Parts: sequence; C-alpha cells; structure tokens
Amino acid sequence: MPKPSDTKALPAFRTAGLTKTYGTGKAAVHALRGVDLEVPSGELVVLLGPSGSGKSTLLNILGGLDRATSGDAYFTDHELTAMADKELTLYRRDHVGFVFQFYNLMPSLTAEENVELVTEIAHNPMDPGKALDLVGLGERRHHFPAQLSGGEQQRVAIARAIAKQPDVLFCDEPTGALDSTTGRAVLKVLADVNAALGTTVLMVTHAAATAAMAHRVIHFADGAIRDVVPNASRLAPEQIEW
Amino acid sequence: MVSLLSPLDRKLLRDLWRIKGQASAIAVVIALGVMTLVMMTGIVNTLEETRTAYYDRYRLADIFAPVERAPERTLERLAELPGVSAVESRVTGMALVEIAEELIPIRAQAVSLPEHGPAWLNDIFLAEGRMPNPDRADEVLLLKGFADARELRPGARLSATMNGARRNFHVTGLAQSPEFLYTTAPGELIPDDARFAVLWMSQDTLAAAYDMQGAFNEALVALERGASEAAVLDAVDHVLDPLGGLGAYGLADQQSNFFISEEINGARSTSVSVPPIFLGVSAFLLYIVINRIVQAEREEIGLLKAFGYTDWEVSAHYLKLMLVIAIGGAIFGSGLGIVSGRAMAGVYQEYYKFPFLVFELEPRSFVLGLAISIISACAGGFGVLRGVFRLSPAVAMRPPAPADYSRTGHAAGLSRRLLDQPGRMVLRRLQRQPGRMFGAAIGIATGMALSVGMIGVQVGFNQTIELSFSVLDRSDAQITFTHAMSDKVIYELARLPGVEEVEPVRYVSVLLRHDFHDHRGAINGQLSEPRLARAMDNKQRPLPLPEQGIVLSTTLARVLDASPGDTITAEIREGRRPVLYLPVVAVADSLLGSPAYMHIDALNGALNEPGRVSGAYLRIDEDAAESVFRAVRDMPGVAGIGLKQDMRNSIQSIMDSGMGAMRFIMLGIAGIVTFGIVYNSARIAYAERARDLASLRVIGFSRAEAAFVLLGELGLITLTALPLGALMGYGMAALVSAAFSTEVYSIPLMFDAHTVGTAALAVLVSAALSGWLVKRDLDRIELVSALKTRE
Repeated sequence: MPKPSDTKALPAFRTAGLTKTYGTGKAAVHALRGVDLEVPSGELVVLLGPSGSGKSTLLNILGGLDRATSGDAYFTDHELTAMADKELTLYRRDHVGFVFQFYNLMPSLTAEENVELVTEIAHNPMDPGKALDLVGLGERRHHFPAQLSGGEQQRVAIARAIAKQPDVLFCDEPTGALDSTTGRAVLKVLADVNAALGTTVLMVTHAAATAAMAHRVIHFADGAIRDVVPNASRLAPEQIEW
Repeated sequence: MVSLLSPLDRKLLRDLWRIKGQASAIAVVIALGVMTLVMMTGIVNTLEETRTAYYDRYRLADIFAPVERAPERTLERLAELPGVSAVESRVTGMALVEIAEELIPIRAQAVSLPEHGPAWLNDIFLAEGRMPNPDRADEVLLLKGFADARELRPGARLSATMNGARRNFHVTGLAQSPEFLYTTAPGELIPDDARFAVLWMSQDTLAAAYDMQGAFNEALVALERGASEAAVLDAVDHVLDPLGGLGAYGLADQQSNFFISEEINGARSTSVSVPPIFLGVSAFLLYIVINRIVQAEREEIGLLKAFGYTDWEVSAHYLKLMLVIAIGGAIFGSGLGIVSGRAMAGVYQEYYKFPFLVFELEPRSFVLGLAISIISACAGGFGVLRGVFRLSPAVAMRPPAPADYSRTGHAAGLSRRLLDQPGRMVLRRLQRQPGRMFGAAIGIATGMALSVGMIGVQVGFNQTIELSFSVLDRSDAQITFTHAMSDKVIYELARLPGVEEVEPVRYVSVLLRHDFHDHRGAINGQLSEPRLARAMDNKQRPLPLPEQGIVLSTTLARVLDASPGDTITAEIREGRRPVLYLPVVAVADSLLGSPAYMHIDALNGALNEPGRVSGAYLRIDEDAAESVFRAVRDMPGVAGIGLKQDMRNSIQSIMDSGMGAMRFIMLGIAGIVTFGIVYNSARIAYAERARDLASLRVIGFSRAEAAFVLLGELGLITLTALPLGALMGYGMAALVSAAFSTEVYSIPLMFDAHTVGTAALAVLVSAALSGWLVKRDLDRIELVSALKTRE
C-alpha cells in the first residue's frame, strides 16, 4: 500500500455507520451499533467509556485487527473495511504502531532486539537506539524483558511501536497494569511522541483523568458514541491527578 | 448434572473438551500400545489353547516310532512299557500322486486307517464327504489342505504310484489332522500345501501295497501323565531296534508340530518384546505431554490455591485429568485389542487349518496395559505437581514476569550478522530450555526409532528371501530321490538337453547333540566348493566344506550352543547308523531353517556308502524346462522335483500370512505412533507460543513470517531428533528382528541407509503435516483475544 501523499490534509480516520456484531440470533452481541466518526491527523485522542461500550472494538477495527460487520472505515484515503487479510497485514506493518496493556514483548529478545523486530520489516524506520532514547531507555537497551520493570517494559513496547515511524499509534489501556507514577511517565512518552513526531495517537482507557491530556475525547456508551469533546486547554501528563 | 459434579469436575470436563484434539492424540497412542499387547497375547493364548484342544480331541500321539517292519504282536510289548498309556500301529509309506494339470508328480504320504472305528491315536477330522469303505481298496481320504490348494473335491479321481505300482483312487472325503497342520515334502525345508499330499486308506490296502501284512512300520505311543518321555523313547527304541527301528521321536521333533510351535514361539517372543516397546513409547509421550499441560496451567493452579483449595485437592484435580486420558486410552486400546485379536485369530485359524478355535484373551494384558498407562500418566504429572506445591498463590495474582532469557547471552559478532530477530527468538528458546527441547527431540527420536525397527524388519524379511533364493541357492530346481542312488545319476542328469549345471547332494537324517542340547534334522553332504547351493559366512563369502568337520548354520549353532572349535555328536539315523564326532569348523549365515553342512565324501565315508547321492540341484535353461521335467519324471528313483520359484513363493506366503504378517500391522501402528508424537510436539510448541505469535502478527508480521518462529523451532527439534532416532533405531531394529526370528526363518538386523532414510522421511513428512496443521491454527488465530490474555 503506497504511503498517502499528504496524510496531514486528510483526516486520519473516518467511519460511517460502522457496526460490529458478535454471534447471531438471540445470542448476538452488538459491540458497535453504527459509529460515525472523524479523527483529524496528528491529534492525541482518548476514547473513554465503561467496559463493553465498544471503544476497544473500534480500536481493533481501525487498527486492522478485527473486521466490521457493516459500514465503512477509512484510514486517510484507504478503505480499511474493503481490505483483504494480506492488505491488513501490510497496513499494520507500514502505518500502525500498537501498545497493549500487557506489553506483549518477546521475552527471548533484548529491549533493542524487540525494537529491531519491527525496524527490520518497516519501510522507513528510525534507529532502534534512538527510539529507546526517546522513551528514556537508551541505557537499558541490552536488557531482556525479565530484567525490566513493568513501566520499563511498557516503554520498550512504545519504542517498538514508534520505531517504524507509524502514522498512527493505538494504545489499549497502556497504563492499565502500571502504578500511577510509572503510568504518568508512560503517558508523557506518548504525549512527547505525538508532539515531536506528529503521530496520531488513539488511546483507549478506563482512567477518566487521562482525558485531560487529549486534543479530543470521545465518550462511548452501549456501542455508540455519546459525544465528542475537544479539549480547549490540555494538561501535561505530569499534572494529571490519578 | 450440576448438582452431581463439583465445580472442579466441571472445569475438568471443560478442560478436556478444550484440549480434546491433543487429549485424543495421546489417548490414541496409548490405545495402540495397549492394543498390541492385548492383541498379541490374545493371539498367542488362542493359538496355544486351540492347538492343545485340537491335539487332545484327536488324541495326537506323544511319540512316533518308525520301524522297517514290525510284526503286529510287537505292539503288545510296547503297550506294556512303563509310562505308556496307549499305543497304535499303522502302515505308512511314500507315494507319488499324479493329478491332471501337473506335469511333475507330487510327493505324498499314505497313512493307514484302522479297520474298525476311529483310531486310538492320531484320529482325523472328516471335513467333507465320507469315510472310505474298508472293503473298497480304491477309496481314499485326501488331506484337506492339499485338496484346497489343488481344488480337488470328494468324488475326484487320482492315481498314485506306491512301492513302484501305479493305482487309481477315488476320493471319498477330505480330512484334517493335528498331525498334518503343516506338510513338508521330505528333503524340503519349507511347508507347502500344494506340494505334499496325505492319503488315508484302509490298513489292508496299504499293507498289501507295502508288503506289511500282519505287520506295521510305525508305532504311535501316548504317555501316561507325568511319564518321562526320554525314558519311554529309550524303551521303545530298545524294543524296535532289532526290527529295524529308525529312531523314535517325540512330538517336539514331529515336523508339523515343530512348524506350528515355531510360529507360536515367534508370536510369543513378538508379543513379549514388541508391545512393551509400543507401550513404552506411548508412556514416554504421555509423560512429556502431561508434563507440559500441567506446566501451562501454572497460573490457574495458583488461582485455585488462592481460592483456598489445598495442594492435594489441586493435585487430585490434575491427576484426574491425566487419568481420564490414560485410562480412556487404555480402555479404548483393550477394546481395539479384543476386536483385532479376534479378527486375527480367525485369520490364523484359517491359515493354520484348525477345525475350531478356542478364543482366549490374556487377562494379565489388560491389567498390565492399564497399569503402565496409569503409572506413566502419574509419573508425568508428579514431577510437575511438585511445582504446584511450591507455587505461591500470590504469583498468579500478579501479571506474569516474562521468561528470563538473560542467561542465553547477547547476539554479538557472527550471530548478530547472520540471524534476524525471529531467528534469534528460535535459537534463544532452544538455548534457554535445552532440557525441554531435548525432551521433545527424544520423543520424536523414539517415534523414529520405532519406525526404523519396523521398517528394518520389513527389509529383513525381504533380505531373508533374497539372500536365500538368489545368493545362497542359485539353482532353479531340486531333485530328490526315493533312496540314496549311485552318483552316476548326476552324469545322466547332466547329459539331459537343457540342463546347464548339476550338483549332487546327500541328505542324511541325524540327531545332533552338544552338551545338553540336541536337534533332530539333517546333514547336507555337498561338494567342497559348491556353485549352486552354497554355505556362506555373514559377509556373504562362500564357505568351502573341508574334508573333515561340520559347518553349522547360525540358528543351529545357537540351538546347540556350539561354536567353531567345539565338537558335536551326530547320531546318524540311516543305514548302519554310525555315531560321528565332528568338529565345528565354521558357522554359515543361513536364514532359512537350521541346516548343517558336510563334505559329501566325508558323509558318505562315515556311512560306508561311497558315491551315493540323495538329490541334486539343477540349473536349467528356461526354454527347455518342460522337456527336462518330462525326462526327469521318467527317470527311475526320482521322488520329486521342487522348483525354487515354488519354494520361494511358499516361504513368502508363510512369512506374509503367518506370524510374519504381524509386521505389517505393527508397521502401521509404528507410523501412527510416530505421527502422534511429532504432532503432539508441534501442538505443545504452538500452545506455548500462541501469544507471542499473535503479537508478531499484530505488529505487522505476515502469516508466513510469524509461522517461521514456530516452525523454525519445530524444524530444529525435528532435525536434532533425526540422528538421535537413527541411533536409537539401531537398538530397536536389533530387538524387533530378533523378536520376529524363529527356527524356520531368521530375520537379519537391517540397519542401512534405506531403512533409516525411510524412517527419517516418515518423521519429516509427519513434521511437515503437523507443521501445516498448527500453521492452519496460527492463521486462524484471534488476534484480539490472544492479546488480551496474559500468558
């Protein structure tokens, strides 16, 4: 898939009437019930909502991990909902970075090698050392995951996600397994990446306070968007009360 | 149902359902191990019970005493001997039977029927038709095996030459007899239904034909319970020797009984050695798999303990899981064993020509199969469950620490340049858990060794035939004379058009003794450097026959426990019946029967019968074969012609239909077990890596790239297993070929490139197929849910 010529001009994501249903008949669960949304490029967007409200489902569909039942979803001018499996793999490979609650690092690779895992297959990666420097772990590049704390592991995961210089960064509960101090440090890294590289960041979280650092907050309820609130004044991650 | 089952038991059922694929793969492997045990012991028991019942019901004699001519009254003296419970006399003689479609007459034994009522000993089972009328001299019963092979039915007519006179007979019925389960023409090694007939007719008719009025030439003796066979044999010989006794012998030396005993012995040694191998392999697999299943449940174990379950309750829960698989497999295997044992016993009943079958299973085999399955399941579990006791519940409540790879070292220098990250992932995993990886490799190697053993045996059977009929024996046909003839006959044969080469042979029946061992058989007297029928050493170099001494076949040397340098005693049972003391000069690698070889002149010299031959090997121009046979048939003193091709076919059929047929079934089982092991290894590797693989897919690795990490590991383990499997296969092949060898045929240890290569190929194909199956699962992996779970 070619790199979009001018990503900044188009919204990063657009969806129209997006639905997702698990199961059929009486057992059917409607995870998304028609989502219309536009995410401008370069923003840090926080998705808030109770469990089962559909925010993670949306993230998974936009991230190319899952397929919608109906409706359209676009990444810039590419129709995600029309992509075949192989194209979705290429989409994830070339444009998307992921950060998960449980880090998902390869235990058998060092911090640097975990980053290299991605830079080896990316088109325009940054130097793995630089990515680790960005998350403040340049000194610990040769440590294996087992030798790192939870917060450090999550920062390696972020370094791994940004090293390919993705257009978008998806974070699903990135601080969910961390204490508040470590969590704040991780959020700061995400905000820095967004500011420094212009990467669009979509973050799903339970922690409502996190919303204060976003450009835009999307509230979910019952598989639909309840409202979208742009933040007039953003807080720095350090200022967030946990 | 809900009220009956505890929550843990419901968890157990759901866990079983979740791992149903793997659980059934293990259960099937166990089942096959138990099946071979139950089936083989069942077949051995059934054959033995059936044989015993058959012998009892038809009163087969314990002692056979051939004599040249003994007056009827001699029988009373035999009956009075201590230890004798019953005696019977009969007349028997050799005959040549001519049937319509056969150019060459067929050798036959004529046996007398008592004048009135059934025989006291060696009774017959009338399978079809009616008994001959004692007053009709032209009515006979025919051995059913021969009749079936030649498609003769009651009502058929045949002519037979007996004692030089030709007579026409009318077949009134077909009979079976425990005495003739297997029939072998004199001088031939291999039983063949089609090439030896038995005719029963009235005593009067036979006595007239063989000049035995008022006399008999064979006494049958039954022993009292507990009587000493050796003592009675001596006593019988003592009575008959003055009348031309040819040496009484016991049932063990009776030809048909010898063959059937060897088959049963072969089955027994196979049943003792092969099923434990299968069972052992299954047990080992069960151990490895259970070990890993419990390992993977580590976190749930911690949770259960956190809820307040005791160590013992938790252990019992997992033990139950293993036992359900193990016991389920064992019960399934017992069922399979009963069904297949019954089916095979039916096949063998037909093959061995038993008129009925006493199907009897070995109860111990069920207990043993079940016990081994349970013990190996428990052994597999206990090692891991010790970890259960050590595991603190808190461990399960925290996010898991990633496995520590820090001791595997950093990639530097060469490995850094050569290996990409996925390559390093594969290598580090092998480095970090060498024990586990080695265990998996050993598992696969064991499966491969099993295949090496079973494939080696197939090749061994072929080798036995190939070596016997192409290398050792290069003749086309073998002629047997009715009695030892002057060697002038060799020149007559050589002059026949179409005969390319003739080689004389002198057979002498003999009782060989060494220390406490003895063997009743024959000595082949041959030229010092024969070209057609040769004795060879184990490197297939011809062994010349020296002027003195005897060459023993490997089997015979084993039976007599004799080796070169030893002196053995040979009691010749013919002519002036000399006793010879012969040094063993060499051991010949014969794979069929247990022959002994001497220089023909030395043998004739010992008998004081120079220049005598009892048969000849011929090499014949194929186009002239028919004219040669016609000419030979009309020569005086010819008892029969055996074609090598026929002999080859009959040994092939014995190997393929008798106990040797088990090798095909076992090869199939070995294949399934090998696949089962490889497949399980792949499944386990997949289960352990599912989350990592999903992560790789998420960050943009294609299916093939992610699969490399999994299949690379499986590939490395498989490659490690190949040399190990070849090594272990050598031992397995030795064990299996020894188990399949009998005194009738030996199966050489075949451990060659072909055998190992085929087994390796089977492992590689299994690995490829297993890899494909797990890759299919990897392709379908639910990325989202795989990421949500921790580890």
